[in-house]
Amino acid sequence: MTTDTVAMPSALESEPIFRIEGLDKIYRMGEVSVHALRGIDLQFSAGQFLVLLGPSGSGKSTLLNILGGLDVPTNGKVLYRGRELTTATERELTTFRRRNVGFVFQFYNLIPSLTAAENVELVTEIAEDPMSPIEALKRVGLEGRQDHFPAQLSGGEQQRVAIARAIAKRPDVLLCDEPTGALDIETGSVVLQVLDQVNRELGTTLAIITHNASIAGLADRVVTLRDGRIVDDKFNATRLNIDDIHW
Amino acid sequence: MVELRLPKTLSVLDRKLLRELWRIRGQAFAIAGVIGAGLALFIVMLSTFGSLETTQSTYYERYRFADVFASLKRAPEHLVDRIAEIPGVDQARSRVVVGITLDLEGSSEPAGGLILSIPEVRTPILNDLFLRSGRYIEPGHRDEILASEGFTKANGLTAGDSITAVINGHQRVLTIVGIALSPEFIYNIRPGEFLPDEKTYGIFWMERKSLASAYDMDGAFNDVVLRLSRDASAPEVIDRLDRLLEPYGGLGAIPRSLQQSHWYINNELVQLRAMGLVIPAIFLVVAAFLLNIVLSRIVSVQREEIAAVKAVGYSDLALAVHYIKWSLVISTMGVFIGVLFGALMGRGMTSMYVAYFHFPLLQYELPARVVVQAFAISFGSGVLGALTAVRRVVSLPPAEAMRPEPPATFQKTFIERWGLDRFLSQPSRIILRNLQRNPTRAALSLIGIAAGGSLMILGSFSLDAVNMMMDFQFNVAQRHDVMVAFYEPGSSQLRYELSRLPGVLEVEPFRSTRVSLRAGHRERQTSLNGVPLDARLNRLVDIETGPVRVPPEGLMLSSTLAEILHVGAGDEIEIKVLEGRRNRAYVRVSKVVDDIMGTSGYMPESALHRFLEEGDNISGAYLRVDSDHADELYRHLKELPTVAAVVRKQAAIDSFNRVLAKTLGSVRAINVLFAVVIAFGVIYNAARISLSERGRELATLRVIGFRKAEISYILLGEIGLLTFLAIPVSLLLGYGLAAATADAMSTELYRIPLVVSERTYVFSALTTVIATLVSCLIVRRKLDSLDLIAVLKTRE
Repeated sequence: MTTDTVAMPSALESEPIFRIEGLDKIYRMGEVSVHALRGIDLQFSAGQFLVLLGPSGSGKSTLLNILGGLDVPTNGKVLYRGRELTTATERELTTFRRRNVGFVFQFYNLIPSLTAAENVELVTEIAEDPMSPIEALKRVGLEGRQDHFPAQLSGGEQQRVAIARAIAKRPDVLLCDEPTGALDIETGSVVLQVLDQVNRELGTTLAIITHNASIAGLADRVVTLRDGRIVDDKFNATRLNIDDIHW
Repeated sequence: MVELRLPKTLSVLDRKLLRELWRIRGQAFAIAGVIGAGLALFIVMLSTFGSLETTQSTYYERYRFADVFASLKRAPEHLVDRIAEIPGVDQARSRVVVGITLDLEGSSEPAGGLILSIPEVRTPILNDLFLRSGRYIEPGHRDEILASEGFTKANGLTAGDSITAVINGHQRVLTIVGIALSPEFIYNIRPGEFLPDEKTYGIFWMERKSLASAYDMDGAFNDVVLRLSRDASAPEVIDRLDRLLEPYGGLGAIPRSLQQSHWYINNELVQLRAMGLVIPAIFLVVAAFLLNIVLSRIVSVQREEIAAVKAVGYSDLALAVHYIKWSLVISTMGVFIGVLFGALMGRGMTSMYVAYFHFPLLQYELPARVVVQAFAISFGSGVLGALTAVRRVVSLPPAEAMRPEPPATFQKTFIERWGLDRFLSQPSRIILRNLQRNPTRAALSLIGIAAGGSLMILGSFSLDAVNMMMDFQFNVAQRHDVMVAFYEPGSSQLRYELSRLPGVLEVEPFRSTRVSLRAGHRERQTSLNGVPLDARLNRLVDIETGPVRVPPEGLMLSSTLAEILHVGAGDEIEIKVLEGRRNRAYVRVSKVVDDIMGTSGYMPESALHRFLEEGDNISGAYLRVDSDHADELYRHLKELPTVAAVVRKQAAIDSFNRVLAKTLGSVRAINVLFAVVIAFGVIYNAARISLSERGRELATLRVIGFRKAEISYILLGEIGLLTFLAIPVSLLLGYGLAAATADAMSTELYRIPLVVSERTYVFSALTTVIATLVSCLIVRRKLDSLDLIAVLKTRE
């Protein structure tokens, strides 16, 4: 079923992983329409660590959801490795998410009835070339907690399980929406460190939404949105270490 | 989402209530449907019961239905004065009542009936007649008769038509001048039969002199009916009457409660009332449970709202009332559905009764009392369902409620602890652990689904039971084609006369006599039948143990009769014969036979003859008939002056198929429809609640790449598993319900055998599965509109 997939087997470094052209997103809510994105043009290459900054309602999440195949734009195009996502069917988008994208959410979204390891297995059971659940948990430093249910884990631990779940399928892209938003500074740092490691060691393209500007120093590139437009796009000369940043 | 616009006059909480109810309208209607179905059944049964009872008592009152009935051989008219002098007797009416055979034009079908005498000039009498059409007989016109409505309707006769009757051996052409009804024959059935067949059995009324002279009853009577004064004791009057009539061949007086038509109607009323209470109770318990799970869910979703409302100063009471209102609104919807359908169906059911209960006017009425009861019951179950949810609302401290509920705790299931988990996928584990986490709810859902299935069995079982009874009666016990009864017991030579008639293949004579059986203070009149040791055409069969091996001595009793008399095998009872030499004896009960229908006594044929101190007299015979010569045979039988009645077995079966089968079929259809409502109500609600609780989880799975089919498996797998487990429970429960109902519905008329056919089980299981599939399909559509983005941005 080749029509099912949008993925390309291997990536050329020069070819951008995402190319976004003239993206508009308008939500109609009853009689009011909200212009969430206005003519976004953006491309970024594989392996990049991207931070999306911006106040509430600036369009970050909308952009991320469209990149992850959860939402479709009103106008414009999104190309993932040259394949157009915007014309993909619902089924193709599911396959895209299943194979290529890992998600991490602000509120973890673990399945309460499954243990840490099983939450990861949830993904490894349906993925094509996953890592073992134990390996994924090791990467986030939770191998000792594999048999714990979400109710038996702290918030930071739950978020690390969510990251393990997201990376276990070896996704090309890891999309994180406010991954530290519900955590205190200390546990938030641990989570960021794990994400940073994933990006460095596995080469996974990483996009993190935050409204915490201090996180920006960790990234290769920082894109700032306001009112649905990109108002700033800068590359960091060097990426900082997690210990060097101040919240 | 479209929100309801509501008037500002409603309080804020009420507006919240209505909007939220509107949002869960599917579930609310499903629950209201279950309540409505239960109440509809309650209303149907009880309003029909009420309508019948009121109609019956008004009819009895207006047409002076008698309190005591007695038949005798022949007594001089002046004896009536002495009867009227018995203390407690208000009024006595003597009459002549005789059996006749009929020769219906264009039909060889054996038919017969009863002719009763009436005054020459219309005067108010006991058991008075209601004239439906035509006119009363005219004095001097000796061949004018009134005919019963059931008979004329069944045979397409109207006033002005003539019929030919064989009266005391002489053919007479009688003119029907009016169609009449009598409180004595509301339910009109040939004595000894258990199904009415009005095509071949009619009631007629004729001027007394004319009838009396035909039967040598001038200045005499053979039947008397009494009306008692208010404070009279019926047993005492009956006792004195019996003593008075004994020299005149009294057949034993009976109180109104044992009068045939009355007895049948009352049995029917007992059944209606039993059905009207048992089945609705099940529905309402299920409805209460559904309200409970739905409201519990709502309260847990609205935890923070409740806290906020409390924080701004609403009292616990106000909130408790708010959540109780949820269930009251749903209950009220249920009451409307119930009253509407109940009244409609009650009307239908009442009109079905008109087919075999003949009232001058059977008017359906829905008593206000029944509606009020329906409201009360419905609110009761509503409040019951809301109770635990409301308790949680009240006990919630606002500060604590503002914090989100801690994540649910889960455990590995026992299946996994046994190491069977390697066979389970993660989605399967989710299903199992969810069931385990809330075992009470899982169990209740299971029982709810099983209740639907079991009602299906209950609804269909009555048809199984009746089919079984029909088969038992007409194929196993009775294997004859025609029963012939004589006016008077005659010599066994009659047997050979019968066997010489054309078309007769086999003759099995029988001896039967009227007796009164007494055990202690309990007494019952019945027939005592002789059983040939080698009976072939009409066998005594026990439903449990098969054909009865007849003990050489002693008395066998139908189990109902044994129950009425409170006796069992080994007990001694007194037999008083009401005919002939009127012998009396104490006889030991040798056996109790469960012959389903009838309340008779049985004796070995030879023992009966000895007891009656007679030769081998016969009262009639069962015939096996060559159907090619049946018409010829019937013609010959009509000409025999000794023959009082010819009863074709097939006529009873046909009549059953015409009337009762149809009625049973509609009752079954209604029961099944309602069973589907309950199954659907439970399953749909269970699925919706799961969806509401698991929406976030399922959306997460969709986001990380699960397909719709895969998440549907998790959501619907749980319901599927519950349904799978519920089916055997439903079959067991159905059998239990059938047993309870069979017991509650069994009357003196017949015991309902407890048989549930395989087809009924399969039907029930299939319907449950289909209800599950339909519910799942509806919920599955909701999964398609799951908002993937919204759930990720919110805390649970």
